[in-house]
Amino acid sequence: MNAPAAIEAEHPLATTRLTVPGMKCAGCIGKIERELAKVPGIASARANLTAKRVAITHDPALDEGALAAALLALGFESQPVADNPLGDESKERKRLNRALGVAGFGMMNIMLLSVSVWSGADGATRGLFHWLSALIALPVIAYAGRPFFDSAWMALSHKRTNMDVPISIGVILATCMSLYETVTGGEHAFFDSAVMLLFFLLAGRALDAEMRTRTRAGIGALLGRMGKSATVIAPDGTTRRVAAKDLEPGMLVLVAAGEALAADGEVVEGTSALDNAMLTGESAPEPVGPGAAVHAGAINLGSPLRVRLTHVAEDTALAEIARAMDEAGQSRSHYVRIADRASRLYAPVVHSLAALAFAGWMIAGAGWHTSLTIAIAVLIITCPCAMGLAVPAAQVVASGALMRRGLLVKDGSALERLAECDVALLDKTGTLTLGEPRADLAGLGAEERSIALALAQTSRHPLSRGLAAAALREGVVPAVVVDIREQSGTGLTGRWNGLPVALQRPEGTSDALATTLRIGETRHTIAFADPLRPDAVEALAALAAEGLPASILSGDRAAPVAAMAARLGLPAQGEASPQAKLAALEALKAQGRRPLMVGDGLNDGPALAAAHASIAPGTASDASQQAADAVFIGEALMPVALAVRVAKATMRIVRQNFGFSIVYNFLAVPLALMGLVTPLVAAIAMSVSSLVVVANSLRLARSARP
Amino acid sequence: MTGLAILIPIALGMGLLGLVAFLWSMRDGQYDDMDGAASRILIEEEEL
Repeated sequence: MNAPAAIEAEHPLATTRLTVPGMKCAGCIGKIERELAKVPGIASARANLTAKRVAITHDPALDEGALAAALLALGFESQPVADNPLGDESKERKRLNRALGVAGFGMMNIMLLSVSVWSGADGATRGLFHWLSALIALPVIAYAGRPFFDSAWMALSHKRTNMDVPISIGVILATCMSLYETVTGGEHAFFDSAVMLLFFLLAGRALDAEMRTRTRAGIGALLGRMGKSATVIAPDGTTRRVAAKDLEPGMLVLVAAGEALAADGEVVEGTSALDNAMLTGESAPEPVGPGAAVHAGAINLGSPLRVRLTHVAEDTALAEIARAMDEAGQSRSHYVRIADRASRLYAPVVHSLAALAFAGWMIAGAGWHTSLTIAIAVLIITCPCAMGLAVPAAQVVASGALMRRGLLVKDGSALERLAECDVALLDKTGTLTLGEPRADLAGLGAEERSIALALAQTSRHPLSRGLAAAALREGVVPAVVVDIREQSGTGLTGRWNGLPVALQRPEGTSDALATTLRIGETRHTIAFADPLRPDAVEALAALAAEGLPASILSGDRAAPVAAMAARLGLPAQGEASPQAKLAALEALKAQGRRPLMVGDGLNDGPALAAAHASIAPGTASDASQQAADAVFIGEALMPVALAVRVAKATMRIVRQNFGFSIVYNFLAVPLALMGLVTPLVAAIAMSVSSLVVVANSLRLARSARP
Repeated sequence: MTGLAILIPIALGMGLLGLVAFLWSMRDGQYDDMDGAASRILIEEEEL
């Protein structure tokens, strides 16, 4: 990387990170890095495609808003990254990777020395090799074994046991034994077994951590869109910016066009339209006038409003939903992953077997040295590799396969829970449908289209955006329209070739979303529809085939929900508040069902968090994406059905892996107990069994194929 | 035995070199953006 050419001492540069979800290809990286650097005040930009982030080094005088605007000018929407949401996790992953590297180095070098010892080195050479092995192994084990020792110590200090306890005891005992052997010039040292064991287990851990960080990286921070500050109007008419947490009920705030509300309140003055998509998931803007209640998170699309605050900070409807989500999510954290459930049964058995072996051989008069060697062999050979390696390996392969088909799974436990679901609940707007108004341009000629685009692209109104997107998709080039003005509630006006042109609200009231394009005196009505996802019917059929009958649970008005339900042949419940959705899920859970929730709006948030497993579309609000176990991208609904199918296939493979390990232990443990297996043979057998389960897991790569 | 005195330090040194290279590349952030690295070769450098 090139260092910024000349940094003036009195102007230290600041670095800001922004999430840019739309960054997808090499072209995007090139454009962002090249063009941003040309913006005055920006020294350099560095894009990270995996994390979908851009780090910008800039003059501290530029604020986040200015940087976001610069990115928007290039055609990328962006959001500032909250301070340190993922820092800890990536630190953990780096620690595991470092430990894996160190263990790999140790394993290879000790193996080199061990091979010479097996092939017959003896006397002084063997002693020298053992000493060298010890010299490498001790620091390697002390460093690479830390993740296991820490976790085992944590469990023991809480008077519990986990799978890291037998691993730690096995490794420490083997190391101490080997050290004793080395000092006394004995025949066998087992440094190789101990280090190899650590290497394979670390590989499993690293895979697991990799999967979690990779998929979470694409998902933004919770409640990122809620207004962070507001312009407060003092009684004497002066204004000042106040941070959202310092707002108080009764304050009068000015909400500019395009600004997000930072607290709940009541409109005092002004009429406008609000985008409430974050709260309700409804794409149509809601007209508001004096007396209307408005909520934090809503975006003002029209003209400035004066709002008297009623509920602030923790009391807003938005914070309420966030809290409900948090509480609903608690129950899920009690979910015990399959590997932990297995190790809860497994660890005590392993410990007692090893202890029994030691005691048995002592009683048989084998001497403590032989007895201990046999006990270590038992511990190592029964090492729970199926749990340490096979489960994460299967889940990583499955999530990788799903990612290529447009579905990001947040962690392995999500896959386990997805496989257990037996009923599906789907939201309507944005989940079964695409959630954005699509303009029907069929009735317009080329000229009308280019005028409509010229007008629509200047506005943030959802209908304008839908219209502009539809026109751009068809390759329309905007006409030269001057003097464009936006009047809230009525529409856009401008002049084209001397003729007055406008995009305005259609006359007469109707439920259908539509806008009128006026050119001179001629009028064209442009209809909007929120179309069903193209493969919704097939996806629902596929879900039913997997044993998940679906039903609709929507916050929309009852009539459109019933119409949609009749069209898809599903049972439906409309006009459900976030609390009602949560209650519906709790009722299902009380019946012993395991519901899968698919939804996008913030009003689905508590339901998403409470469901046994949940999936949100990539267009969902940040909070919903955060609450969901998986996020699917694109217009197809099929990834939802695919996720269930792959999750079930994954659990089948995991069960096979467990089955294999049980058979393997069934054969190997008696041999080890009889003292026929040295710790070295045990380590090799263990590695081979690991390779078998990994190879079996790799079969999942094909599972996501259509 | 004299051969070992030369060969073992060489083997260990090479192993250590590999380990140091791995740790350095990780610290340098070479694994932070695997998808980006794959795409970047497609970016055409502008003539300056």
